[in-house]
Amino acid sequence: MSTLHAHTVLIVAAILFVLGLAGVLTRKNIIFMLLSIEIMLNAAGLAFVAAGSRWQQPDGQVMYLFILAMAAAEVSVALALVLQIQHQHKTLDVEELKELKD
Amino acid sequence: MQHYLYLIPALPLLGFLVLSMAGKRLSRNLIAGIGAGSICVSALIALITSASFLQSPPATGAYRQVLWHWFVTGHLSADVSLRMDALSLVFICIITFIGALIHIYSIAFMREDRDYARFFASMNLFVCAMLTLVMADNLVLMYLGWEGVGLCSYLLIGFWYETPANYRAANKAFVITRIGDTAMIIGLFLLFKELGTLYIPDILAKAPQQFSSGAHTITLIALLLLSGGIGKSAQLPLQTWLPDAMAGPSPVSALIHAATMVTAGVYLIARMHTLFELSPIAMQVTAIIGAVTLFIAGCSAMVQTDIKRILAYSTISQIGYMFLALGVGAWSAAIFHFFTHAFFKALLFLAAGAVIETLHHEHDIFKMGGLRKKMPVIFYTFTIGAAALAALPLVTAGFFSKDQILWYAWSANGGHPVLWALALMGAFITAFYSTRLILVVFWGEMKTTPGHLPGNAMTIPLVILAFFSVAVGWIEWPHNIMHVSLFSELVQQALPTTIMKGDLPHEIVFQFIAVVVSLLGIYTGYVLYYGQSELLMRWKQSDGLMNVRHFLYKGWKFDQLYDMLLVRPFMFITGINKSDVSDKLYTAIANANLYLNRIFSVSQNGSLRWYVTGVLIGILFIITLQLLL
Repeated sequence: MSTLHAHTVLIVAAILFVLGLAGVLTRKNIIFMLLSIEIMLNAAGLAFVAAGSRWQQPDGQVMYLFILAMAAAEVSVALALVLQIQHQHKTLDVEELKELKD
Repeated sequence: MQHYLYLIPALPLLGFLVLSMAGKRLSRNLIAGIGAGSICVSALIALITSASFLQSPPATGAYRQVLWHWFVTGHLSADVSLRMDALSLVFICIITFIGALIHIYSIAFMREDRDYARFFASMNLFVCAMLTLVMADNLVLMYLGWEGVGLCSYLLIGFWYETPANYRAANKAFVITRIGDTAMIIGLFLLFKELGTLYIPDILAKAPQQFSSGAHTITLIALLLLSGGIGKSAQLPLQTWLPDAMAGPSPVSALIHAATMVTAGVYLIARMHTLFELSPIAMQVTAIIGAVTLFIAGCSAMVQTDIKRILAYSTISQIGYMFLALGVGAWSAAIFHFFTHAFFKALLFLAAGAVIETLHHEHDIFKMGGLRKKMPVIFYTFTIGAAALAALPLVTAGFFSKDQILWYAWSANGGHPVLWALALMGAFITAFYSTRLILVVFWGEMKTTPGHLPGNAMTIPLVILAFFSVAVGWIEWPHNIMHVSLFSELVQQALPTTIMKGDLPHEIVFQFIAVVVSLLGIYTGYVLYYGQSELLMRWKQSDGLMNVRHFLYKGWKFDQLYDMLLVRPFMFITGINKSDVSDKLYTAIANANLYLNRIFSVSQNGSLRWYVTGVLIGILFIITLQLLL
């Protein structure tokens, strides 16, 4: 088993994060934006795991578990909101949902 | 007996507290019971205490009860402590006794009013404040009562506050008396600065050592205190609030005019007599103000058509007599006139209230008439009151007190023939308008049909007051007729005796003139309003006389004068600075904030993507900052 250098993994994590961010910024559909946020969360989790293995500490994996739990909670709330938005506005396009404007 | 002294003001206060807290939940009978009952018990205690005071006068000349220390700051310490000497005894008895009768009368008079509890609560507080004023043994506590009286007069004059004229009258009374109050508190500050104490017996003892007679400071202090008295007692030039104060219910007018409020000025001057004696100028000013006021107010009373305004002007005029007596140094005569006046003025106001109520709230005397047969009890009691006001010789109390003042206005040390002449003219005018009032209201043909006649609860207080309006005069006879002077002997325990001038004409001459003048006044009234009313009709044709009448009717146009001299210039000045200069800075700050808000609120455009970008830029900014620093 070849060892991975921590910085390689971090680069992958950074790429994942930027991909997710780009998704959030460019996607119009809320569900895709949520998926992108999930990707960003996983990028952060990957960074934690990499850092944990680099210093041989369990903290990184513990943090990943926390991120996982938070992601699950976030998804359940967000999907409920998405359902309501679809129900009330008949659309999931964020460009259309601008009612909170001043 | 002095251990119960505190109950005299405490019971009305308790009544006020109960009625104002729980008044809405109590039944009408209970409200009446608490409201009138508290004053009645208080009157009973006052009478018992007075009786024990008269039987065995205390060695110090006063009962004193210290309840608690109010506050101590620096050299000024004020106690909540009560004092009853011969002077305050007279006031306490009048306030509680007449107050109790007025409360009993009010039970029936206000029966239909929806704010029954509020009425009795304010009345109780009024009596409590006045009792605090006269029982206080230091000027700080006295000032508390003084302001309390002002507050309650405001509450009660504006009792029917839905009508704009009523609350305007209340505001007017409050603001005008406030002018006097301000002068008075400055006087108190000066007094404290000079003497270092506000404890009344100390002031009276220290003042003659500290000041020489006629010194500037003492004159200033006395004049400032006098201004306070002028405001509360509605004397020239602050008299304009009292005629308007008729906006309140009739029992309130009776309470203000007879027992409380307007006599506060008389009490203050009598209480501070040492200061006034040290300042001949202040004494002269008091006498002149009194004499001029009694004349001016009397003239206005002659031509009024509102029954309560006639009585209001007559009160100003009678208080003018008291000020005149105080000013010439006839202390006991002033207090005696207060004593008799309280009875007959309360009687007149309560009887007038009964007349107004029976005639469906008709105030104009020329729309009354012919009530003599319809309401005999009111007629007889009202006539007794008016006779006492007109100083009908020997049978009424008003004669004995007014005759004394007339005599002293000439003969006392500060007296002067001009003062006497003004007072004599006032006596003529008083007799005239009293006769006019009786003849117009009770004789002639009936113009308004009377409604429901007043019941016993209203007539019994009237009968009691009528009895006293006659009887109280007999405790103090003129020296040359009979040697009965119970009243002045009592009062002179607390007040100095009147100093007389040398070589005077016989007192009997003056009494004779006074009697003739008041009878002449009654006769003139009789001729004009009963005998030959053609003369009156002819006068009404002449423009000049009608202008004079209008001038007097408007109270010598003092309201217009003040409006022109004070109100308009004030409005003009406030008009100039309408866009308040000092406010500019604050409006600028507010405007800048609004402007910035408008700029930044553009960024709140509702686009989620825009917000994410914003957060991202923020994060990058912070990270860059971290890396750089």
